[in-house]
Amino acid sequence: MKKLVEPLLLAAAVALPFLLAATGNEFYTGMATRVMIFGLAATALNLIVGYGGMVAFGHAAFFGLGAYGVAILMQHGVTSAWIAWPAAVALAALAALGVGLVSLRTRGVYFIMITLAFAQMLYYLVLSLKNYGGDDGLPLANRSTLAPLDLGSDTGFYLVTLAVLAAALFAMKRLAASRFGSALAGIRQNETRMEALGYPVFGLKLACFVIGGAVAGLAGALMANQHGMASPNLLYWTQSGMLLVMVILGGVGHRYGGLIGAVVLLGLEEVLAGVTDHANLGVGLFLLAVVSFAPRGIAGLLPKGSRE
Amino acid sequence: MSELLRVRGLERHFGGIYATAGVDLDVGAGELHALIGPNGAGKTTLIHLISGALAPDAGAVAFDGKPVTDLAMHERAGLGLVRSYQITSVFPHLPALENVRLAVQSRARDWGSSFRFWRPAAADRAMTEEAASLLERVGLAGRGAAPAADLAHGEQRALELAMALATKPRLLLLDEPMAGMGHEESERMADLVASLKGDISMLLVEHDMDIVFRLADRISVLVAGRIVASDAPAAVRDNPEVRRAYLGDEVVPL
Repeated sequence: MKKLVEPLLLAAAVALPFLLAATGNEFYTGMATRVMIFGLAATALNLIVGYGGMVAFGHAAFFGLGAYGVAILMQHGVTSAWIAWPAAVALAALAALGVGLVSLRTRGVYFIMITLAFAQMLYYLVLSLKNYGGDDGLPLANRSTLAPLDLGSDTGFYLVTLAVLAAALFAMKRLAASRFGSALAGIRQNETRMEALGYPVFGLKLACFVIGGAVAGLAGALMANQHGMASPNLLYWTQSGMLLVMVILGGVGHRYGGLIGAVVLLGLEEVLAGVTDHANLGVGLFLLAVVSFAPRGIAGLLPKGSRE
Repeated sequence: MSELLRVRGLERHFGGIYATAGVDLDVGAGELHALIGPNGAGKTTLIHLISGALAPDAGAVAFDGKPVTDLAMHERAGLGLVRSYQITSVFPHLPALENVRLAVQSRARDWGSSFRFWRPAAADRAMTEEAASLLERVGLAGRGAAPAADLAHGEQRALELAMALATKPRLLLLDEPMAGMGHEESERMADLVASLKGDISMLLVEHDMDIVFRLADRISVLVAGRIVASDAPAAVRDNPEVRRAYLGDEVVPL
């Protein structure tokens, strides 16, 4: 029975855009795509925070860089996703490598502050790129092309996003059970002991940080396509805060934590925005309630067997 | 006996206090070398310096003829210079078996590195089997599934030793393996340490003098950051300087 939950959820997710189209609610296809993209970015952050035990507060920088990677290449005529998306991932990974090399020498609050500082530096760097839109952001002429698939239709783009997200979640499962994942679990619980055992702790943490940054870059590449532009706001610190809130809401260290957090947070914002001008207040209260009554997040409330 | 560990002129101070004040120490291959001394003599600091957890202010450490003073703790461990902890240091939320399996996995020289992201770690059966046999060796067979935090104190000490052994050390730095143990548990641990003699060289820090004098090939006595004697057990027992340190000529009647 438990084995059926994931395939059933996946099947429902595949069917969703067709149902929405049949009922004249195409508008929600775009919104669902946006939720999945944020879910992917939050999952990437959860790898760093929940699996690697590093509370990073600048993840939006890698997300935004992925978006800019796609937008800048498109301005120079590169429209193929087969080239632009890997390039966006590489750009984000490279930035994560640089940031990680410096900031992973610190711990705790210092690590939070230094990752925040780097992210803000990258934000202002992007703002200063006058040739690439400056503070207006950089629009995309079209969506990327992913021959032979069609990204032009909202349903096509939704399905590709879903496939990317599902692949990332599957990879996360493999990673958690791998030697690398075991080593991360050890580092999370007792870093000094791992060093005494002979593990290259710094390198392992750096690898985790870079993978998280790279996946955030992929989410950013999708975001640019969904949004039709790369905006500096994608790199802003409030965006990093939102990703962290998603992870905490959904469940730190739970494979589905990032996705659940994105669904709940964005869903809540959408619902509350319809009834009040003070949606953020409601979101804040909800976050307080989750942290107080379900410290392991919403995923922590799921039956035990569902945890990997 | 050829030297495995060679320490020369090692110094480390904290503020104005010299915890290690020019230590020379040799541990031979195959030797069980005990390090004793009164509380506050600097035994744990010396273990930190040899294992690489602390950097010395002066002096040099060589392992198997190679200088290791500038190597990080994990690099020294990779060469086979491995320590255990006085205060139990395990992975509390992982099962006991996984604690040891992680220690087995750390041997990159045998299995390759831990930068393997896809293949399940459980697929490497040899690692798990080796971990299980180590648990059995330290008397924890049947406790593998329990989270380390749920083990009794004595069991955690045994787990700690199993983890150190899993790295296949050439020189094991044992920092008070019997700390906080009852008499029976201590005896069991002593038997275990005795059973390792010959296979693994050991530098043993221990307060229980019965056990030290029974097990050690040689004993070094650390007083106020200096080695005052380094000799066979019988010679150390009769050394006047050692007697003074332990019985205390500075104890002034009140």
